[in-house]
Amino acid sequence: MNGQQRKWIYRILPYAILAIIGLCFLLPLLWVLVASVDPNALQSLKMPASFTGANYSEVMTSQENQRAFGIGLLMSLGQALIVVILSLLAAYPLSRYQLKYKKPFMLTILFMTSLPITAVMVPVYQLFLGLKLYNNVFGVVLFFVASSMPYGIWMIKNFMDSVPNDLEEAAWVDGASVFTGIRKVVAPLMVPGICTVAIFTFSGSWGNFFVPYILLNSPEKFPASLKLYQFFGQYGMVNYGQLAAFSVLYALPSVVLYILSQQFMSKGFGLQGGTKG
Amino acid sequence: MSSTAALPLAHKKKRSYAWIYFLLPSIAVMLVFFIYPILLTFYYSFTNLALTGEAAKELKFIGFDNYVRMFQDPSVRVSIWNTLIFLIGSAVIGQQVLGFFIALLMKHKNRLFRRVIGTIVLAGWVTPEIVCALCLYSFFGDEGTLNAILGFVGIHDVAWLYTVPMLTVILANIWHGTAFSMLVFQAALDDVPNEIEEAAVVDGASKLQILLRITIPYIKQTITTNMMLVTLQTLGVFGLIYAMTGGGPGTATTTLPIFMYNQAFVNYQLGYGTAISLLLLVLGIVLSLFYIRSMKE
Repeated sequence: MNGQQRKWIYRILPYAILAIIGLCFLLPLLWVLVASVDPNALQSLKMPASFTGANYSEVMTSQENQRAFGIGLLMSLGQALIVVILSLLAAYPLSRYQLKYKKPFMLTILFMTSLPITAVMVPVYQLFLGLKLYNNVFGVVLFFVASSMPYGIWMIKNFMDSVPNDLEEAAWVDGASVFTGIRKVVAPLMVPGICTVAIFTFSGSWGNFFVPYILLNSPEKFPASLKLYQFFGQYGMVNYGQLAAFSVLYALPSVVLYILSQQFMSKGFGLQGGTKG
Repeated sequence: MSSTAALPLAHKKKRSYAWIYFLLPSIAVMLVFFIYPILLTFYYSFTNLALTGEAAKELKFIGFDNYVRMFQDPSVRVSIWNTLIFLIGSAVIGQQVLGFFIALLMKHKNRLFRRVIGTIVLAGWVTPEIVCALCLYSFFGDEGTLNAILGFVGIHDVAWLYTVPMLTVILANIWHGTAFSMLVFQAALDDVPNEIEEAAVVDGASKLQILLRITIPYIKQTITTNMMLVTLQTLGVFGLIYAMTGGGPGTATTTLPIFMYNQAFVNYQLGYGTAISLLLLVLGIVLSLFYIRSMKE
């Protein structure tokens, strides 16, 4: 092997390896996409003899599924909205005032962002039984809100730190109250941050399976994630086509929101934001 | 411009303690639904709390019984072992190393190619865990895609989910989570100044030397932070494993979250389940503290 050949191999090799990795990541995904339009879908990936939209229309016209999607949307949207509002309020004094226990408070918040939610589900279940919130969709939202507050506060505070005080002070001089200042001056300047937090919170609960699985038990209250599990967990994988169509529809909001969030996170994806104290 | 001193004095006086009201709603929600349950975990783990039988009628303080039981229970050891294998296989080696590797290979490559591969890897991350479970379940299924492909080379009907269940859930978690590390490392690698690497090339360093002596030390901070985030994420994984294998066959894929679920909600031993939660929580806390420390350095 001469130098020329070796150079050529070094140039091609990374592409070949990446292509193989890409293919491995693609195959399981391709199955769900193809099976969803295949009238005779099987467990393995195959070229459909014909294409159909019937799987999607079956899934979408089922009232049970519509309700599951509705509940899921309600829960996730409600949670995202509450988290953003509460985080904005909480972040304001943390960002603008010199408070005595700010540092330990922020460290506690940061610490809480990384605790595994899975570990608190048993006591939460017990607490919900006691508070009569078990099997209550609103109760699930409350828990989702509580568990994403640390992340929300942490992010929004960091975003707020980068909004200069001057504009807000100008508004005060013109007679605006603190609330008006937040609403009309600070919040509009941190739209990207707010959207990032809203999207992350939404996706977090939209894709979450464990929390509603523990806290809800009547099937008519199940959000989309539980419905899908019920679909393939309990009743066996009978209809792969419909199962795949349901999965694609269920994954769609997460995908769309991720693409949207890219516009807000123009500075790329790094951990730098987390290091601000 | 961040100093509070710049604020008009009148405003400062008027709002003296108003900030408490700003913080109150979020603190209240966190206290009731997050911090209180964590404290409950400590309390319940010393009780015989159960949903059925004698214990359901009367909550009793039983001291360290749950813990004694936990340390004698061979299935706890199995779950801890499984959790460690799952953590190392899918988080440390899988997501972290593979994510770094992908990011490294992608550097300075054709833009379109980067984008295509990046998008494919990202798709697994954006996909909700239950859908991931379904996709990978059918991929490894008896009549799934993997067996269909292997059929071409004469290998027939391997029952992946039964013979190597842990491997399948590890691969599923790699499929689901690698994109996060990939993105983090892409950003970190872009921050490594080209001049340093170029200078090393001029000095005659090999690619491997540059990687080990310059690139990796330069992004060390990112590696530790990412490692902690990924480990904590993986520690709590429930849905993916539960939907794919249900913790089985037998206890082959029963990690701590699955074991906790089985004890608390299948056997109705809430007290015992909580003691296992605490074990999980303590693991998480230890890792979080390490994570916060590594960020502050």
